[in-house]
Amino acid sequence: MSEIIKVGMADLKTCVSPNGITTLGLGSCVGIAICDPVTKIGGLAHIMLPNSKAMKGVQQNVAKFADTGIVELVQQMEKLGAKRARMVSKIAGGATMFNFQSTSSLGQVGDRNVEATKAMLQQLKIPILAEDTGQNFGRTVIFYPATGAYHIRAVGKPEYII
Amino acid sequence: MNEMSVEQITENYYDVLKELGNIGAGNAMTALSQMLQCKVDMKVPQVRLLEFSEVGDMMGGEEQIMVGVFLGVEGDITGSMMFMVEEESARHLIQKITMGMLPPGSEFEEMGLSAMKEVGNIITGAYLNSLSTLTNLKIVPTPPALTVDMAGAILSVPAIQFGIFGDNILLIQSQFYDEIELDGYFILIPDLESYSKILSALGLMA
Repeated sequence: MSEIIKVGMADLKTCVSPNGITTLGLGSCVGIAICDPVTKIGGLAHIMLPNSKAMKGVQQNVAKFADTGIVELVQQMEKLGAKRARMVSKIAGGATMFNFQSTSSLGQVGDRNVEATKAMLQQLKIPILAEDTGQNFGRTVIFYPATGAYHIRAVGKPEYII
Repeated sequence: MNEMSVEQITENYYDVLKELGNIGAGNAMTALSQMLQCKVDMKVPQVRLLEFSEVGDMMGGEEQIMVGVFLGVEGDITGSMMFMVEEESARHLIQKITMGMLPPGSEFEEMGLSAMKEVGNIITGAYLNSLSTLTNLKIVPTPPALTVDMAGAILSVPAIQFGIFGDNILLIQSQFYDEIELDGYFILIPDLESYSKILSALGLMA
């Protein structure tokens, strides 16, 4: 019996085949799916912000940031027996939800999340096999470590797989 | 103006927003009632401090389709503000405003969206006006942007702003009725630097 594990906003979890793992309604946040295709151990992180180091004060929740969230997810997968050298990733999200003219950096947070995600994956030498990022719509994602399929659902569009 | 630490701000943060939310939501409903030219009753707004993981559930799930109107705030304080209603509620409002020219159940047409943007503009304008009167600060909204999408995706925008401070989001739920019950949500997000200004203006900080 397989089940679908749910990951919330600013949250991360691991997932072992045949289970799937999902996060609902990604907006400017980024959903990073990582898996080791040999052990079929996977994981999903739903990050909100690019960089924990740019924040003042103490940040408790490592899953909130691209830099700390990806590292934590990889470590949790390694504890289950996944090997870093075999890991591959797929990413989705980082939309600009509102076409908003302003001097604030708010408009670009989706793009910055995607950039920070790519930089961190590159630093960890985890290749990105596919991505569906940017644009202006929300995405629900479901990842299956068994096949590496990353399903994406958006309002008014048929489901697609990357 | 004294600089406040993030910790100090976080302590006062939610209390202040809660109070402002109560007052603002009342004003916004009065404006809506005038626009619809009918009596709109409302319950006492519920002000909730939610963890990120709870937010979607409250609105009927992260995938509940909602209409979000988002605008920036400029003037003496800076930040942003959002008003959200469920798709069904938005349709009902559009019906009333366009005098039934938009058939029920039809897709959001350009006219409907533009009407909805206007509703958002008036409601958030009234909200910010009461805040401005209360604090005696100049608060100018920027033109609104609108989107129809999943609740989780729309909420990611204010959640990210709140995420800079902590792991919670402050949501003001205001239930109102004319013929049917509608649920509207307000989210006010001042920038970090605007906090001490609001607090001083309200006499909460020496």
